[in-house]
Amino acid sequence: MGLYLRPRTIEEAVAALAAHELTVLAGGTDFYPARVGRALDDDVLDVTAIDGLRGITVAGEHWRIGAATTWRDIIDADLPPLFDGLKLAAREVGGAQIQNTGTIAGNLCNASPAADGAPVLLTLDAAVVLQRAGASRTVPVGDFIRGNRRTALQAGEIMTAITVPQRTTRIASHFLKLGARRYLVISIAMAAGAIEVDDAGRITAARLAIGACSEVARRLPDLEQALIGLSIDSALAQRVRAAHFAPLAPVDDVRGSAGYRIDAAETLTRRLLSVLAGRITGAPA
Amino acid sequence: MTPPDARETIEQAVCFTVNGKPVAVAAFALKRLAQVLRDDLGLTGTKIGCDAGDCGACTVLLDGQQVCACLTPLAQAEGRAVETVEGLAARDGTLSRLQQAFLTYGAAQCGICTPGMLMSAVDLLRRQESPSRQQVLDAVGGTLCRCTGYQKIVDAVLSVAQAPAMPSPPGVGEVIGARVERVDGRPRVVGTASYGADAVPADALWLRVVRSPHAHARFVLGDLDRVRQAHPGLVRILVARDVPFNGFGIYPDIKDQPVLADGLVRYRGEAVLALVGSRTAVLGLRDDALPIAWTPLAPIADIDAARAVDAGRVQADKPGNLLIDGGVRCGDAAAAWAQAAAVANVAVETPFVEHAYIEPEAGWARRTGDRLEIHVTTQTPYMDRDEVASVMRLKPTQVRIVPAACGGGFGGKLDQSVQPLVALAAWLLDRPVACVYTRPESMAATTKRHPARVRARFAATADGRLCACDVDAAFDTGAYASWGPTVANRVPVHATGPYRVPNVRTWGAAIFTNNPPAGAFRGFGVPQAAIAHEAAMDSLADQLGIDRLEFRHRNALRVGDATATGQVLTHSAGLAACLDALRPHWNRARADVAAFNDEARSHDRPHRRGVGVGCMWYGIGNTSMSNPSIMRVGLSRAGVLTLYSGAVDIGQGSNTIMTQIAADAVGLPLAQFALVAGDTDLTADAGKTSASRQTFVSGKAAELAGADLRRHILRLANAGAAATLTLDGAVLCVSDRDSVRRIDLAELPLVSGDDVLVGEGTFDPPTTPLDADGQGIPYASYAFAAQMAEVEVDLELGTTKVLRMVAAHDVGRAINPMQVEGQIEGGIAQGLGLALMEEYLPGRTENLHDYLIPTVGDMPAIEVILVEDRDPLGPSGAKGVGEPGLVPTAPAILGAIDHATGVRMTRVPVLPHRLRAALKAKERR
Repeated sequence: MGLYLRPRTIEEAVAALAAHELTVLAGGTDFYPARVGRALDDDVLDVTAIDGLRGITVAGEHWRIGAATTWRDIIDADLPPLFDGLKLAAREVGGAQIQNTGTIAGNLCNASPAADGAPVLLTLDAAVVLQRAGASRTVPVGDFIRGNRRTALQAGEIMTAITVPQRTTRIASHFLKLGARRYLVISIAMAAGAIEVDDAGRITAARLAIGACSEVARRLPDLEQALIGLSIDSALAQRVRAAHFAPLAPVDDVRGSAGYRIDAAETLTRRLLSVLAGRITGAPA
Repeated sequence: MTPPDARETIEQAVCFTVNGKPVAVAAFALKRLAQVLRDDLGLTGTKIGCDAGDCGACTVLLDGQQVCACLTPLAQAEGRAVETVEGLAARDGTLSRLQQAFLTYGAAQCGICTPGMLMSAVDLLRRQESPSRQQVLDAVGGTLCRCTGYQKIVDAVLSVAQAPAMPSPPGVGEVIGARVERVDGRPRVVGTASYGADAVPADALWLRVVRSPHAHARFVLGDLDRVRQAHPGLVRILVARDVPFNGFGIYPDIKDQPVLADGLVRYRGEAVLALVGSRTAVLGLRDDALPIAWTPLAPIADIDAARAVDAGRVQADKPGNLLIDGGVRCGDAAAAWAQAAAVANVAVETPFVEHAYIEPEAGWARRTGDRLEIHVTTQTPYMDRDEVASVMRLKPTQVRIVPAACGGGFGGKLDQSVQPLVALAAWLLDRPVACVYTRPESMAATTKRHPARVRARFAATADGRLCACDVDAAFDTGAYASWGPTVANRVPVHATGPYRVPNVRTWGAAIFTNNPPAGAFRGFGVPQAAIAHEAAMDSLADQLGIDRLEFRHRNALRVGDATATGQVLTHSAGLAACLDALRPHWNRARADVAAFNDEARSHDRPHRRGVGVGCMWYGIGNTSMSNPSIMRVGLSRAGVLTLYSGAVDIGQGSNTIMTQIAADAVGLPLAQFALVAGDTDLTADAGKTSASRQTFVSGKAAELAGADLRRHILRLANAGAAATLTLDGAVLCVSDRDSVRRIDLAELPLVSGDDVLVGEGTFDPPTTPLDADGQGIPYASYAFAAQMAEVEVDLELGTTKVLRMVAAHDVGRAINPMQVEGQIEGGIAQGLGLALMEEYLPGRTENLHDYLIPTVGDMPAIEVILVEDRDPLGPSGAKGVGEPGLVPTAPAILGAIDHATGVRMTRVPVLPHRLRAALKAKERR
């Protein structure tokens, strides 16, 4: 006998999670594909009716993206340039149908190595809010996704929000996805980036991440470091070195070879930096 | 009645609206909305193609936004507005502008994606009255179509803002050549077209096939009675010994595939058991809970392994794992090499390619006394009838096949899938029994395009004339024969390409492996071979310093030329005309590409463009084998004019083509025709929908049938050949010069059923057998085509974007130019998939997110040029066009990539990592 719980409040949801072993269901875009041709016998907690779990708001020094916020919500939201990359990623998730129901938290909790949301969120210094009965904790996205389909989510916990620090600096963000076709495609590789500059046009912060080239999306700390202090006008793409991609450990699969992924990650990163610089200086990429 | 699922009855009803009407559904909250709409609410217009959000066939609007109903739990519909295809037309049945545009533009072929496509477009058009092309692409990008190539869909959506003009119907006798909309189009856009899974009786039992997880294994079954007893709702478990004659296959003498495996499986996905019972019971019982003791054996993975000296045998009676081989020889190829000024050597490798029709196999059967009636999605009702009769040891007349609307076939529905299983179960249990394949099951179990290894060597003289060719094509036919012999026979005839080559040796072989059975797929091996001969043409032209298009033009087969089989072409060989039509586009594109690349080089940009050309020829119908069609046209006492067509329309449009041809042959308006199609009790055998044969063969039979009926009418009225007919109710008026004769149909004696006048036509294209050297007349007619591709390659990423295709096709005569374009555009989409993305790997790409087919965003702009070099044998001069659209596409794209980059890819698909590796290898050279 399968349970199907659809609470209205977080309190009810965490109470239910404390009492039962439940599969959390939101947009269903990963849940159902894993159950083709078999009976649906899961005990399910449907989080889509929970008040306040959907939408993007400002809370203190952070942006708060409700866990059940869909990709479509992100595309349609009026957001600052900080989120340009996230919006681009949202447009690259599946097709319009998937964007209309798939949620940002679901993308992280499903923890696919090719999750389109993961690299961008890494470059936004995003963190996830995990709640259980009587307690909540905030975990950086980089610590939350532990591996292929593995996360830091513990029994009884539910993700309620993703938080992103607000920025007051001049910033540009961008996202590039590489797949073997247009629309409805699992990424071969992705690059996301956010760059901040001071009034003199010097880079004060750079956050770059590559997806689908490791079990989890990875930042590129050495390259980020190499960019600090550079003028945004300088040829940033030329600073990219093969060694910067050492954090990646891609696999061969039906979409591409490991060697190709590294190679493509470099190319995407170069192009990403050119676009980011153009965004800030107003020059075409 | 099926025992109700206890869980489904205890749930509270979920309340929402469907197309504005409030509904309350009491079912399990987790049930997919797609299934709720279809099963609980009877709204079968919403289709299920994958149950995984990969195809968009189930797209509905939820509070105005498009969603996949297969990913939406019933519970989430609570309090919301659901809209489906059934809600698009006005209450009085008037079609919405969008629906009408789909008909007017030919945007619906098989129609299985149409409901989802319409809903995706409605979502956009409500928000954006006059959308841009890009907005249309973004809106329908998540909905797959395998038939149309998307161009006509996008055009239809874009036309809505401009209030499309309704074309006026063509006059009597002017139907052939007119862009008339499908005669069976309306049900496709309102959601009432009934596909294989759409009309399952409520009291049907369900059948689920348990399949082998191993490519090669022995197995022993445990106590299945105990399983059945432990699972109420499970009525029967069918095993091999339940099958009266446990072997099927395309050829009368090769019935090598068991309906249910008997202790040994030869490929992953092979049928082992069939569970029959309530739907809940057969779905709820997991494969790993069944007592099957597997002993895996080493599988033979590919052609090389199968041909190894010490290889085991996939089929015990086939030494060397050779199913069949044969070839064509003419002239003295050995001597010809000596006079060659240029020689091209090419080795091509292609993978399994999946048909990926959006409708998985589905059907149901019932027993009626000592007969069986099977409702099924199929391309070949008469072969189904005979095969089921053979398996059941019944007479063919004891089996009736009623074809459902077919949601795409492309050759994949020419084999048995659910037919023998539901027949067996319904016969034994005397209950209706249904079976619907899941997407992974459809992909794992059913046939594919043959993987090929083609080695080709072509030579030309200094003046650019082909002088010799030597081709060896080996095909992985998988574990069972299926259509392997057809591929192995057809390819050697076509392996020269559509060129005059005096000295030829070609050879084709089909090899067994422990892979899924390779069968029929649009082109029967010719698309694979074309990649080889077209690569050779490019190479020879380059070596001799001749333009690639002009080289082909110089060597094109023309009327008066002999083919490699010694057949002298006496008519309708329009390749040179196709190339002439391409030439201005070719010259323009070459100039554009050169300018683009100069610019890219000077700015150090990583993109390069190229242009390529591919040519093909294709013999229409069976190779050197009789393949007759019989068609009938009847006029009833009540004045109903009916075309009885045994030809199955799998989306390509034969229902419309046959009716157009018959209408002009009889001399009555198209709109007065009723159609009875495919039902083996009500029609005559018009053969299978394959080999591009329906327009040519069945169309000719329809023309003869129409003419025969007209002759009966004129004789009755004692009128001359120029008389005009009008049918008004049961009165037929025959006007001949000044006299008008009225024939009161109600007063005529019955001839057949309710019909008082019946015309019949039979056509079997004249061919001769091929001798030991492959000499003879394998086909009565050949289609020719030349396509041009313009591509842009990203040198750094190895990605290829096809920007534009121009396709010039000699179709003899376009009976319906809109449908002909639709066939070519759809063929191009599949050819693009073959070239760039499609690769079926057993166990690894058994779904539509790992196996990629082109989306709307991958399609280039396509311009179709119809060359009409009439074939005196065909109806009004028409030839076939079903397969030709696909064949030259991949060669043209590969040639364009070569032109852009200097890298000739001979392994497809050209996945980005493969092209990038080849580009890097070139840099190192």
